[in-house]
Amino acid sequence: MSAVALERRRLGAPEAWRSVLGRIATTAGVLVGLCALWEAFKWVGEATGLRVGVFEVSDRTLPHVHDIVGQLFEPSRRNGPLLIEVLWDATLFTAKEAAVGFLLGATIGFAIGIVLAHSRLLQRGFLPYIVASQTIPILAIAPMVVIWLGGRGLPDWLSVAVIAAYLTFFPVTINTLRGLHAVDHRALELMRSYAAGSWRILWKLRVPASMPYLFAALKISATASIVGAIIGELPASIQDGLGGAILNFNQYYATSPASLWATNLVAALLGITFFLVVVAAERIVVCRAPENVA
Amino acid sequence: MNEQAVVAIGGVTKQFGQTSRGGGVVVALENVDLEVRPRDFVSLIGPSGCGKSTLLRVIGDLIQPTSGTVVVNGKTAERARRDRDYGIVFQDAVLYDWRTVAKNIALPLEMAGWDRRRRTRRVEEMLELVELTGFGSHHPWQLSGGMQQRVSIARALSFSPSLLLMDEPFGALDEMTRERLNAELLRIWADTDSTIVFVTHSIAEAVFLSTKVVVMSPRPGRIAGVVEIDLPQPRTLATREEPRYAELIRDVRRQLRLGGGLVEGEEGFEQQLIAAEEGL
Repeated sequence: MSAVALERRRLGAPEAWRSVLGRIATTAGVLVGLCALWEAFKWVGEATGLRVGVFEVSDRTLPHVHDIVGQLFEPSRRNGPLLIEVLWDATLFTAKEAAVGFLLGATIGFAIGIVLAHSRLLQRGFLPYIVASQTIPILAIAPMVVIWLGGRGLPDWLSVAVIAAYLTFFPVTINTLRGLHAVDHRALELMRSYAAGSWRILWKLRVPASMPYLFAALKISATASIVGAIIGELPASIQDGLGGAILNFNQYYATSPASLWATNLVAALLGITFFLVVVAAERIVVCRAPENVA
Repeated sequence: MNEQAVVAIGGVTKQFGQTSRGGGVVVALENVDLEVRPRDFVSLIGPSGCGKSTLLRVIGDLIQPTSGTVVVNGKTAERARRDRDYGIVFQDAVLYDWRTVAKNIALPLEMAGWDRRRRTRRVEEMLELVELTGFGSHHPWQLSGGMQQRVSIARALSFSPSLLLMDEPFGALDEMTRERLNAELLRIWADTDSTIVFVTHSIAEAVFLSTKVVVMSPRPGRIAGVVEIDLPQPRTLATREEPRYAELIRDVRRQLRLGGGLVEGEEGFEQQLIAAEEGL
């Protein structure tokens, strides 16, 4: 991806536009192809009565793509607002939780990485617990967080953000740790020859050198923070977000399967948006030789 | 008496490896004495494993010797490093990818606490010195290997250290680029009043550049001999044509062979070469 970025920097304006148009065309082509595949599978499945185990292809298990998209523009309930309006509000709400959780988790994860990178003893002592923290299912942690933070005058969504942060920090810590150590030993000798102390070495060399690793982790965390926010809404009994919407439409799946599918579609789009924001930030922050970008 | 030596090394021994790990101890340097005078251009030459890079790092206080004394500008090597008395250049440029060429050159100046205006002015001077004016805003990966190495030389010289340590700086470059940079380095040396300690694998390069060639031999790393290079200054393309140049190359080669630096198989070839050079 970054090789493309570098090429683009060297291209003139018309070539750059052509390259952008080319990418849009590719994305659109793949999207149309996937929809066609979906519909073809559905058509074949229904025509032949295909069964995969207990999975039977029908409008209930696999609605038409146009039905899913069309559902967005139907009223969410009798005389209610359109589904897309309801989901838009829910998306904004969940996005707020996820964004706060992501920032919180990324900051904490980065800080833990820096502290652990400075002491092999701390690393050996604490890393196992950090790894263990991720083996506990989020569904087991979430209710506790809600109880701890609830009823203290804090907004309810804040505990959801903390749950999202819990999923976010881990990849950031691991990759920061790795990135801080991925420094050319001669670059370190160079800093020593300038009589630089470890604080200077950290900020002038180790941290900038770790940026490609950090961003690789942030891309994972960006989508994980959304999963964390959606799941966190369930024990927090928050109705205003995508988690609430998913739970709600889950109950009406028998009568309106397209609503749940449409909600999932919106949740996926939110995840992609978060991911793209991180990619854009990476483009701005990480200025590297193409072969050195993770 | 005469001027104080820039580098004075007495009885330096460096052993690597811990016996506690069960492995043997490698003696990288054994009882090395060396003196470098102001304005000297001293080359350290020898086969792999002769400890020439180790010796360079001992001078720079990047490696501490097991025993012996190292005095740089009349101070301990550590004091000299903390005073930023030397600049160092490695085989690879070791530029920071995330910094532009100008900011790479300014890195040691930032460390030394120069203000921005002074830094900018100095960087311009350095770019001019290494003939890269106009490349300040480029990123390292947009430059060729030779240009990158010139940036790293500019970075090493930016704070005007009295001593320049160079660890096979042109080893990774092609022959033509190498010759051009050799000439450029001599010009910079003449312009900047610095003292240079230069590690190389190339006999021709060592003789062409240096005022003194220190021949080292391996296992353990020792100084096998010193060849004073009395070729006239400044050195030019014509220098390589002089008979004295060929003679000195032969001297260095002999020293290398005596020190075990050239292996048996090469010796027959060496004899032939010397015979051919002497017109026999």
